[in-house]
Amino acid sequence: MHLSPDQVVFWQHGFFKLNATIVFTWGLMLLLAAGSWLITRRLSMGLERSHWQNLLEIVVGGIEKQIEDVGLQNPAEYIGFLGTLFLFVAMASICTIIPGYSPPTGSLSTTTALALCVFVAVPLFGIEDQGLSGYLKSYTKPTIMMLPFNIIGELSRTLALAVRLFGNMMSGAMIIAILLTITPFIFPIFMTALGLLTGMVQAYIFSILAAVYIAAATRTRKPQPAEKTA
Amino acid sequence: MDNVTLIAFASICTAGFATSIGCMMPALSEGRSVATALTALAQQPDASATITRTLFVGLAMIESTAIYCFVVSMILIFANPFWNHIIAQGAGK
Repeated sequence: MHLSPDQVVFWQHGFFKLNATIVFTWGLMLLLAAGSWLITRRLSMGLERSHWQNLLEIVVGGIEKQIEDVGLQNPAEYIGFLGTLFLFVAMASICTIIPGYSPPTGSLSTTTALALCVFVAVPLFGIEDQGLSGYLKSYTKPTIMMLPFNIIGELSRTLALAVRLFGNMMSGAMIIAILLTITPFIFPIFMTALGLLTGMVQAYIFSILAAVYIAAATRTRKPQPAEKTA
Repeated sequence: MDNVTLIAFASICTAGFATSIGCMMPALSEGRSVATALTALAQQPDASATITRTLFVGLAMIESTAIYCFVVSMILIFANPFWNHIIAQGAGK
């Protein structure tokens, strides 16, 4: 039983290791990139369109609507980042139906990398939206007393993002592995189905939380258009 | 009791307590939040999208405490640093 796919090493040469996490991450990236390229190669604007184009439109439209619901008014600006996070985490858990596959998000390295992406992207979007001084001032709100707490909050929520995704994915794989030794016949199938559901919920939560953090970093400018129209 | 037995005893007991208490409390609070959300949904079905999204985010926040406990007990059982240290010391002798 492996605690994380990091421990499954396919190939090793000195310092360089090719473990299951790296292999499956690149496999997923290839699958997503090649799939999107194949589908978007022949897009049709008319009424007649392929099944795959329909699927992709539903997915992209759904993500855009969710981002807009969180409070980011211009979803096209953020869908590149948030949509990629969602699709990667979702595909990583959907692919568990393939035998021999272990989700790369079950490794703390992958989830830490994703959480660090959010950690870097939130200030970038905030600075892009409010300017450097405006963004830095948002740390001292409501009073200057809150400055250390805001900074600690920034760090701890990154940790929470990483550990939450890792814990959920790892626990799913771990429970199935334990059940296989106790009741190997039917019951692991139900747990696998439950794992698929958990994986989708975690993908949703990861990207929604990232969207909420970005919305919080860019929030100060939002009331202005409302005042203009009023 | 020698060191190895002591560490094994403490780790296993702590792992069990961490998971059991760490599952009980989040389960209670998740139940409370779901019940409140259902009441809100029954009163205002129009706001279902907002309520569901907020519920999911809140559940994720609550659940992460349970996940922390789970990760700690998994570390204690499968990747215990103290255990490894004592074993390495014993092998070095």
